Amino acid sequence: MDQIWSMLSDPNMQWIFLGCTLLGLSSGVIGCFSYLRKQSLMGDTLAHAALPGICIAFMLTGVKSIGLFLIGAGAAGLIATFGIGYITRHSRLKQDAAMGIVLSGFFGLGIVLLTLIQHGDYGNQSGLDKFLFGQAASMIGSDVLTMSIVCALLITACTLLFKQFKIISFDPGFARGIGYPVAFLEQLLMLLIVVAVVAGIQAVGVVLVAALLITPAVSARYWTDRLGLMVVLSGLFGAASGAVGTWISASVSNLPTGPVTVLAATLLFGVSVLFGPKRGLVAKRLMRRKVKQRFNRESDPLAQSHVKKKEAAL
Amino acid sequence: MNSIQTQTEAERPAASPAPLTVQGLSVAYQKKPVLRNVSFEAREGELIGVIGPNGAGKSTLMKAALGLIPSLGGEVKVYGKPYKQQRKLIGYVPQRESVDWDFPTNALDVVLMGRYGHLGWFRRPGAKEKAIAMEALGKVGMADFAGRQISQLSGGQQQRVFLARALAQDARLYFMDEPFAGVDAATEKAIITLLQELKLQGKTVIVVHHDLATVQDYFDSVLLLNVELQAYGPTEQTFTQQNLQRTYGGRLAFLDRSLPSQPPGGGGGE
Repeated sequence: MDQIWSMLSDPNMQWIFLGCTLLGLSSGVIGCFSYLRKQSLMGDTLAHAALPGICIAFMLTGVKSIGLFLIGAGAAGLIATFGIGYITRHSRLKQDAAMGIVLSGFFGLGIVLLTLIQHGDYGNQSGLDKFLFGQAASMIGSDVLTMSIVCALLITACTLLFKQFKIISFDPGFARGIGYPVAFLEQLLMLLIVVAVVAGIQAVGVVLVAALLITPAVSARYWTDRLGLMVVLSGLFGAASGAVGTWISASVSNLPTGPVTVLAATLLFGVSVLFGPKRGLVAKRLMRRKVKQRFNRESDPLAQSHVKKKEAAL
Repeated sequence: MNSIQTQTEAERPAASPAPLTVQGLSVAYQKKPVLRNVSFEAREGELIGVIGPNGAGKSTLMKAALGLIPSLGGEVKVYGKPYKQQRKLIGYVPQRESVDWDFPTNALDVVLMGRYGHLGWFRRPGAKEKAIAMEALGKVGMADFAGRQISQLSGGQQQRVFLARALAQDARLYFMDEPFAGVDAATEKAIITLLQELKLQGKTVIVVHHDLATVQDYFDSVLLLNVELQAYGPTEQTFTQQNLQRTYGGRLAFLDRSLPSQPPGGGGGE
């Protein structure tokens, strides 16, 4: 316990702690909708697509700034989604295959550009490779400020447009029928996911950031049958993962924050799968046993009388 | 067929435009035409069945009329105006399989979605909307299931929730895409009662239907479709063996004895 307090008294640590918690919160909230729209892998694709976007933004300007990277990654993410849309519309490929192609293509390009930057003479390129696996420790006050703005933006958008996001996730055809601009809303949701992904890349890295979108949402689904509660729970799970991840990586030397955060989220998922009410494995097992017992009890007298009849016949 | 169209054109009173006028509607997926030059006009207060073989474009006709999918050409008017201006007058029941019923929501919540079109962009449904939604659930006999998670409902109950959502839309023209598909007898009866009630209220309902045996009992008019419009008009005169033969071609397994007797032939030579 003392360790937590001593950790939180370090101002540097406070920023990282706050940043990771906010990141988990906002990713968890927005991730619910991408999970329910069966686009869990979209986050992963957007994250991988962000890498070349970030590299190009850096190559063009020579400046390392989250704001610029956001624009680069956003543009790359947009091109990636259009690419996926184009491939699925104009070929026989399904969306998963299209995503696989776009994801690896963009990521390959990103790695090539990253290597070019590393061997180039920008002077300040060191640290760009940290985007691969993330480095929460490099977060500073201004980054956390950006993170807070992003988090507030995402949560406000999801609160105001909750009704819209719910209906385009459940029944987009009906939403179009009542006059909602479904294509616009879908693009907006995609944009919010891009924003969440890019905000998370610094801390968690391109490779793992999608986990923060998917895992808390899937875990939350095990605890509730109501979308509103699911979104809140998912946000809390994400925030808790971020907090725990920062805490463990600070107490155990040299453990990277991002991967530990993802592991914490995965652990929460494991707990949810086991102990979620109704949907959890334990609850299902108990339910089965109860049904079986009741069935046995009810059919028992029947069976006994059957046996007695047999004995009498003998 | 043409004579029926011109007849309806002439019958239309100039003052009140028809609930739905479709003029030369064509739709293609990729290169394949799914709907070719379909024109018809729905009469107010009728239950209209849309009949045709698989792949005849029945659902497509409905979706194109609702503007859910782009059309190659043609014009759709709802009460005399483009459908975009008349969305509040239209209710829609999509196919049950078109959504994932494991979605985290309950029956009442789905019905409430029918009110979204009447609500402002940022307003949440309130007590008034909930009352309307509960009333709609009651009409389809689902009031006791309002709080039930939708995956815990049977197929027929899910279909009734979709109908209740359309009722909550409080529309004048309804489109229903195969509401009778795979439902139990109780639901079939509930749907039919509901259709009759809507008709009594003067509403117009267009239903994509599969079961030829019930067409004569359920619908006032029937629209036979196979990419092109084959026949359209009052069920008695239109639902004939000859027209069915033409619509279904050789694929028609259903040759009911109760059909209006007409000498077979015409389209039978395929």
